[in-house]
Amino acid sequence: MIRLVLLFAMLLCSLTAGARGTGDLGIVIERATGTVQVIETTNNSSLGRINGLGDLSHASAVYSRDGRYAYIFGRDGGLSKVDILNNKVVNRTLQSGNSIGGAISQDGRLVAVSNYKPGGVKIFDADSLQLVADIPAIYGTNKQLSKVIGLVDAPGQKFVFSLWDAGEIWVADMSDTTKPKITKFKGIGQQPYDALITPDGRYYIAGLFGEDGMAMLDLWNLDAGVKRILDNYGKGEQKLPVYKMPHLEGWAIAGNLAFVPAIGRHEVLVIDILNWKEAGRIKVHGQPVFVMARPDGRNIWVNFSVPNNDTLQVIDTQSLKIVKTLKPGKGVLHMEFEPRGEEVWASVRDEDRLAVFDTETFEQVASFEAIKPSGIFMTSRAHRTGL
Amino acid sequence: MTRISLLTASLLIVSAQCLAEVSSSRQTELMYFLKHDCGSCHGMTLKGGLGPALLPERLAGKPRALLVTTIMEGRQGTAMPPWKSMLSYDEASWITDQLLTGTITQTEVASESTPGALRK
Repeated sequence: MIRLVLLFAMLLCSLTAGARGTGDLGIVIERATGTVQVIETTNNSSLGRINGLGDLSHASAVYSRDGRYAYIFGRDGGLSKVDILNNKVVNRTLQSGNSIGGAISQDGRLVAVSNYKPGGVKIFDADSLQLVADIPAIYGTNKQLSKVIGLVDAPGQKFVFSLWDAGEIWVADMSDTTKPKITKFKGIGQQPYDALITPDGRYYIAGLFGEDGMAMLDLWNLDAGVKRILDNYGKGEQKLPVYKMPHLEGWAIAGNLAFVPAIGRHEVLVIDILNWKEAGRIKVHGQPVFVMARPDGRNIWVNFSVPNNDTLQVIDTQSLKIVKTLKPGKGVLHMEFEPRGEEVWASVRDEDRLAVFDTETFEQVASFEAIKPSGIFMTSRAHRTGL
Repeated sequence: MTRISLLTASLLIVSAQCLAEVSSSRQTELMYFLKHDCGSCHGMTLKGGLGPALLPERLAGKPRALLVTTIMEGRQGTAMPPWKSMLSYDEASWITDQLLTGTITQTEVASESTPGALRK
């Protein structure tokens, strides 16, 4: 009898041994080898590597709502669904020749990919990766195809994205998956390079490369059309060469202030979101690439383009002053905060490592090997609009 | 006058070609730079992205001097910036040669996938 109980207990143990949640997990893109590393933030360690994901230069990822699967968007048009509990690819399709990013729908059932070639957006069933809708980004009288950037999800089963070549913003309503409803906004400004959506899913804002300013769409009032904000931040000044396109990912926001990279300038722009006017500029070490708020909004972390990409700077959102400059090493490509922000992870590409910093003391608390790391994506993104 | 400046320009180009000597350690750095930094717009395998593909077949027929100038001076109206603050003309010439001969694309990144392939 005792033996039976023991046997049963052992069986139970072996069954539950593998069970774990995913709330403390994340993935790190290893851009040169087409691999991702699965990491965990409870003890700060690597849980293994997933191979065979194609060309991951400039790759990004979104999560299924259960936090178990990551959808990885590769440069070569590859869309891969990976199981981060078992470190394996469960589905994969090469959906275009050249893609730039993606988004997952509000209900988690659709995954959209924005493509450079052929220009447009393709929408897939999140489970089977079967094509649900194909939205070519046709514009102009010659029916050209535009490269698509700045694709995000929005409430109401919508995807919003911008057309680089056309200077347009499109809203695709996927409430009826058999009949995507597209609303187009033309003449929004030259060469939108990336976009973001506010955490409440209300404002979609595209940064412009071809001219100063940003284009803003209020998704609660589509009839009001696209408004230009910060339309004179560079007027009359010599444009600096832009060595890397900045990213507008998430929304660095603290109180009424939003923080965005100034394109070509060694500045972070501060916007008062009550009136959408410029509220200040902060001089920084180089051309900002990512301007990201710690989850509590108290600090902003900034990284830079070449030749200043060995540096991270931290801005205090109350004083608008730089409170710390860190030198993790050459090729700091991306940072990601742990869900509640006590630590931040940074990819140091040229040193083939990940560095983890305490966000209060700025001390490095961990460092480990990763092959040419770029984007870092934690599962906490699963429950945030636009990420 | 125009003739003289043209002559000077062509002499400059010729001398740039003759003098294009880049140390082997710098060559390694430039190759890395090309792949990872140029690659952020042109793709790590140079098949294109926001910027056009830079594969030999795509560049064939374009004057070498135009390519060197594009690297150094950038191209107005596009996202291509001037790189002259970080590169010398010799280095841009050397990079151009690598692009024209396709040396860079023969490095390790293998495009293993086929359309619609499922990998487990």
